[in-house]
Amino acid sequence: MNGLAMHLPILPVLLPLVAGIVLLTLRSAPLAAQRGISLAATAALVPLALALLATASDGTQLVYKLGNWDAPYGIVLVADRLAAWMLMATALVALFALLHALRGDDVKGRHFHVLYQLQLFGLNGAFLTGDLFNLFVFFEILLLASYGLLLHGGGRLRVKAGLHFVVINLVGSTLFLFAVGTLYGVTGTLNMADLAVKLARTVPENLALVEAAGLLLFGVFALKAALLPLHLWLPAAYAHTSAPVAALFAIMTKVGAYSILRVYSLMFGADAGAVANLLADWLMPLALVTLVAGMLGAVAATALRQQIAYLVIASVGTLLAAFALDSVDGLAAGLYYLPHTTLATAAMFLLADPIGRARGERADRFEPGPAMPGAPILGGLFFAAAIAMAGLPPLSGFLGKFMLLRAALESPWLTWLWSAVLATGLIGVIALARSGSLLFYRTHSTTEKLPAPGTADWLPAAGLLLLGFGLVLWAGPVSDYATATAAQLLEPQAYIDAVLGGRP
Amino acid sequence: MEALIALVIGVLTASGVFLALRGQTFPVVLGLTFLSYAVNLFLFVMGRLAIGVPPVISDAAAYTDPLPQALVLTAIVISFGMTAFVIVLALKARAELGNDHVDGMHSDEDAAR
Repeated sequence: MNGLAMHLPILPVLLPLVAGIVLLTLRSAPLAAQRGISLAATAALVPLALALLATASDGTQLVYKLGNWDAPYGIVLVADRLAAWMLMATALVALFALLHALRGDDVKGRHFHVLYQLQLFGLNGAFLTGDLFNLFVFFEILLLASYGLLLHGGGRLRVKAGLHFVVINLVGSTLFLFAVGTLYGVTGTLNMADLAVKLARTVPENLALVEAAGLLLFGVFALKAALLPLHLWLPAAYAHTSAPVAALFAIMTKVGAYSILRVYSLMFGADAGAVANLLADWLMPLALVTLVAGMLGAVAATALRQQIAYLVIASVGTLLAAFALDSVDGLAAGLYYLPHTTLATAAMFLLADPIGRARGERADRFEPGPAMPGAPILGGLFFAAAIAMAGLPPLSGFLGKFMLLRAALESPWLTWLWSAVLATGLIGVIALARSGSLLFYRTHSTTEKLPAPGTADWLPAAGLLLLGFGLVLWAGPVSDYATATAAQLLEPQAYIDAVLGGRP
Repeated sequence: MEALIALVIGVLTASGVFLALRGQTFPVVLGLTFLSYAVNLFLFVMGRLAIGVPPVISDAAAYTDPLPQALVLTAIVISFGMTAFVIVLALKARAELGNDHVDGMHSDEDAAR
């Protein structure tokens, strides 16, 4: 490897950072220039993620040593199959959410594009880093940017939801540091591969400390992923922010799920000696309860965006249930479900925006309203997105859930998982059918002049749905890649060897 | 000295948790600050306590672990920035919601709770 190819893993981190800083200096530049830079930087993440996917797809674990210091002394970025997969999902969602934002949401407050790029910087860094403390730093970067984005545009409800979001995440950051500090105190390292080696050799008198740190870390990731009972911050925060930000936040809960998968497959997996399978008793029941609670919330929701926010919680439950199976098939099902749910949720949030605007002052609340202009196109897209989210054939949600149910056949959790997934699937269909019929059918004629949605209002959402359909068309290659990723995750020794260069 | 430091961290954390659970934004911000003080101190002592030894490898036989000092510096900067942000946000919430309750209560009895 030489030249640019060698530096490939750092580019998805550097590009948004540089773009963000450039945009900060161009505050007084024409709006078109700012939008152009932001869009170009976001769009460029897609080919970068593709290149990383291509590199990682043959099983290569690309290790980038910052400053050329060897791990575990230096900091490393690791681009393996999972990281490339997450980068791809992030890049696609970010691009379409930004396209939606360009139709006006970005000028409702200041520094939208700066914050957006820094958010991507934090997200990409969190997926690529191979160092636990750097994971914390990237978490802070993406959170700080997300605070700004969440509050962007202002408003009473947004500020109230934002205050809760910020405070709970600050407490989460503190707990993260306590966990990181404890792990460092016991092992003397924070490199994840090195930690995996050292934790496997934990002496019995430190066992309780390591387990406490490991479970504390799980608590933090569960907070980011909105796992029950740490999910209460999510509905208000997601329902009250602007549509493109909510769509981008579809990937934020996945950061928590990613961290759980990465840390607990690498550091506390089956090979981890005394601390092996630390989460085995915790993850599955919590995930299933989250799934059920999220769906019940979706039924009880009184507005469309609130309903989608609860569906986000339900999808986190499904995702983590798949990860909790801890088998190649289970992880593969989860990794197939992950881009699907990210794309579908983002599309839903982007659709809720024009639907709300076409209903005038009723916005997206579930109450009968005037017949909305542009109902055929909005309704059609809503129908497609609802089918994807509820997991009905022929869209990708069905395939993801089918893979999950099949993977659970060998699991001791078979009965619980099947009943939870199937029952919540039915509840999801009912909830979405009810909201769809209420929004589009229970209408009355009106003299109120309602704005008709333009093409730019629904095109990004349609694009996301089309990508979701791509997941069905190319389900073979995608699920092969997911299976290979799962196999790679369950063989952490290869990751450790790649990072530490085979040294003990 | 270990017992003293442990006690300090414990008291700071306990006060931080108590204050963070209060209903008004000002105690919550103070609580978060206490929590971050506690965690900074905790990170720092994870390199073990030592007096008068350099954090670099030199001719002196003993040296102390420099990494926690770097970590704690990062953590201090981040928590400092976050505190500034949450103070501004609390002020904005006070202005937008009309009171300093974390849930933006409206009536006086609600706010007094």
